[in-house]
Amino acid sequence: MKIKIQRDNIKEYETDLHDSTLLEFLQNIKTTVDSTLTYSSGCRSGVCGSCAVRVNSKEVLACSHKVKDGDLVEPLRNCDIIRDLVVDMDKAYSFNNKAKAWQSKDSQNILLSPENEKINEIQTDCIMCSSCYSACPVYAVNDDFLGPFSLTRIWRYVSDKRETSPEEKINTIQTNGVWDCTLCNECTIVCPQDISSKADIEKLRARSAMHGFIDPNVSNFDSGFGFDGSPSF
Amino acid sequence: MKYDVIIIGAGGAGLVCAINAKEKGANVLVLTKEYPTRSQTSMAQGGINAALGNADEDSVESHIQNTLKSAHGIADEKAVRFLCENAPDAVHWLDNIGVPFSRTKESKIAQRKLGGASASRACYAQDYTGLKILHTLYDKCISLDIDIKNEKYLLELLTNHDEENKAFVCGVSVLNKRNSEIETYESKSVILATGGYSRIYHTHSTNSVSTTGDGIAVAHRAGARVSDMEFIQFHPTALKNSAILISESARGAGGHLLNSKGLRFTNELAPRDEVARAIDDEIQKGEDVFLDIRHLGEHFINEELPQERKLARLYENVDPVFDLLPIKPVAHYTMGGIEVDSNSMTNIDGLFAVGECANHKVHGANRLGGNSLLELVVFGRQAGENAYYYSKEFNKSTTLSHNTDSSSLFKSSSDKINFYDKQKLIGEIFYKNVSIKREKEKLLQSLEEILKIKEQLPSMGIKDKSKIYNTNLIEFLEFKNILEICELVIHSAIKRQESRGAHYRTDEPREKDEYKKHSVIPKDCEINYED
Repeated sequence: MKIKIQRDNIKEYETDLHDSTLLEFLQNIKTTVDSTLTYSSGCRSGVCGSCAVRVNSKEVLACSHKVKDGDLVEPLRNCDIIRDLVVDMDKAYSFNNKAKAWQSKDSQNILLSPENEKINEIQTDCIMCSSCYSACPVYAVNDDFLGPFSLTRIWRYVSDKRETSPEEKINTIQTNGVWDCTLCNECTIVCPQDISSKADIEKLRARSAMHGFIDPNVSNFDSGFGFDGSPSF
Repeated sequence: MKYDVIIIGAGGAGLVCAINAKEKGANVLVLTKEYPTRSQTSMAQGGINAALGNADEDSVESHIQNTLKSAHGIADEKAVRFLCENAPDAVHWLDNIGVPFSRTKESKIAQRKLGGASASRACYAQDYTGLKILHTLYDKCISLDIDIKNEKYLLELLTNHDEENKAFVCGVSVLNKRNSEIETYESKSVILATGGYSRIYHTHSTNSVSTTGDGIAVAHRAGARVSDMEFIQFHPTALKNSAILISESARGAGGHLLNSKGLRFTNELAPRDEVARAIDDEIQKGEDVFLDIRHLGEHFINEELPQERKLARLYENVDPVFDLLPIKPVAHYTMGGIEVDSNSMTNIDGLFAVGECANHKVHGANRLGGNSLLELVVFGRQAGENAYYYSKEFNKSTTLSHNTDSSSLFKSSSDKINFYDKQKLIGEIFYKNVSIKREKEKLLQSLEEILKIKEQLPSMGIKDKSKIYNTNLIEFLEFKNILEICELVIHSAIKRQESRGAHYRTDEPREKDEYKKHSVIPKDCEINYED
């Protein structure tokens, strides 16, 4: 089995492993062939979010991807590369701070029904691997976009009965937030936990509208109409 | 001094400490070798115990008695009482900061039964309990603007001695993984929350590759007492090929263990030490062992055990809705660790320890499922507050003299012997001989093999000389910690000439009263037995 790995240059590696995960392949190379090969890993079972990389231009968890001959492995996008497949996640994580992705204050033994819990069950499956962040095309034009996983986290909290100030949360995501998303769905396609940030962003848009916020793109479009109502291009 | 409290480790234990110290008013810094949310806590599946009685009748006293029974006589009853009495409040605190627990029809926190428990006591969030607790703790930390520095690998604790020649901690030195510079941080108190040492078994463990016992090795080098190192829990049901964990909740819900003949051979809900031994007996007879949850039905499995199904399909190519899951027991949790008192403080003043790296003496010889997430919350809250109170009283003068030149880490070693091969070999030796069943001769032989590897250490080292994110270097430092821990474990296992809980000696198959004690290892000293 031969694969290519994007390091300073693209390098080819071969092992005699069969039916192995990409992580097992990388570990094999590191411990027997080339100890300079650099990647991140942790739980090896898809829950710690350490080992996300791109294989053939699609984000995957190395521990969950079965290697195929000829695979091209690259680091995540939209992050600074530290070395080989290791990227600096500090900026990606900082969007949780900027989005204020937390419960505003401790609740006092509020009762939640199974329905209350189910409303954001899948969003709380997020492992913060940043696959969605890497796949998001908005960063090409807006470096400050709060991004898919942070916005999913906002939905997780505003939809929770224990959150006392959902309107403040909605307020925070009006700039560089829900309206900057192009709804391209790339985040949904790559999520290893089957979360759709795109769908969460749509729900947050609806919630924003309920709080009186309007899509700035639409209002721009409106302003492009002439006084007589005919479009002025 | 810049910091009141420095916490090493950003798993569940570390983050609980950070939140509680910060809320008291402490100036807190968290240092982690990875990122928060990537820790071992994310892998906890089954639940967190508290006698809430939401599913059936339960009492704090039953929780205490179940825990003591499973501990086989060497738990500290006072510590166990503190743990169990504070459990309901700990779970309500998690609920109040936003942990998305599964719920009952009556809108209460859902609870299920795990091994060794007399009631349905484990509060859960599907089979993602640890993940969801950890991420909620992280969110709470960022809401409090807690300073967390990522990718700092713990090298040593910095200690001084006071006028009475008593050691006290005054900071830490860490390696910045991104540039291989040594950084020192001064602090009035330090909390170690660095996790256990199950990865000494290498791939024969359910644990993250990072669970290498760093904090325990570092603390012991600094003079902290460690104890009960021989007690290592094997989880009965890991996937056969990958050693990936399948939660005890699968058996709690009614899953069966079957041998190759399709026969049940043990009480699936006995404590883990008993179930692991029963499985090992079958395997020794030449049987394969399977977990059967088919009769629970697809709907139940999807609702309550979604992660188990996903893991089984991905790593074993088996769908547990329709097929038997091949399993084996592997190392899962280490009961031993840094000895702490009832305030979570070690024998070094100002040095605290919490979570799997610590020994609060609540698990004794065998931990109950659902008690480890609990301990990190109950003792994490306590340690965070106590570290803060200690720092307020702190008035000692300190001198920090520490090597901040990392070049020696790169120079000193040769690489004639590949340490990765030795790490694998250690895992094999331990899985074979320092395992579910142990025997004196094999333990002695294993000790010899470990000491031989230790002698070869000068011929091992790193091939990668880069200063940028050198994981070859980090893994070598972890390997050296593993080697130190291995020696402590084998010595403790040889010396305890009896069987108790997870420490089972085929040559000494009974519990003996003279060993109804904790094995304690002070720095550079022989093992003592203490009450």
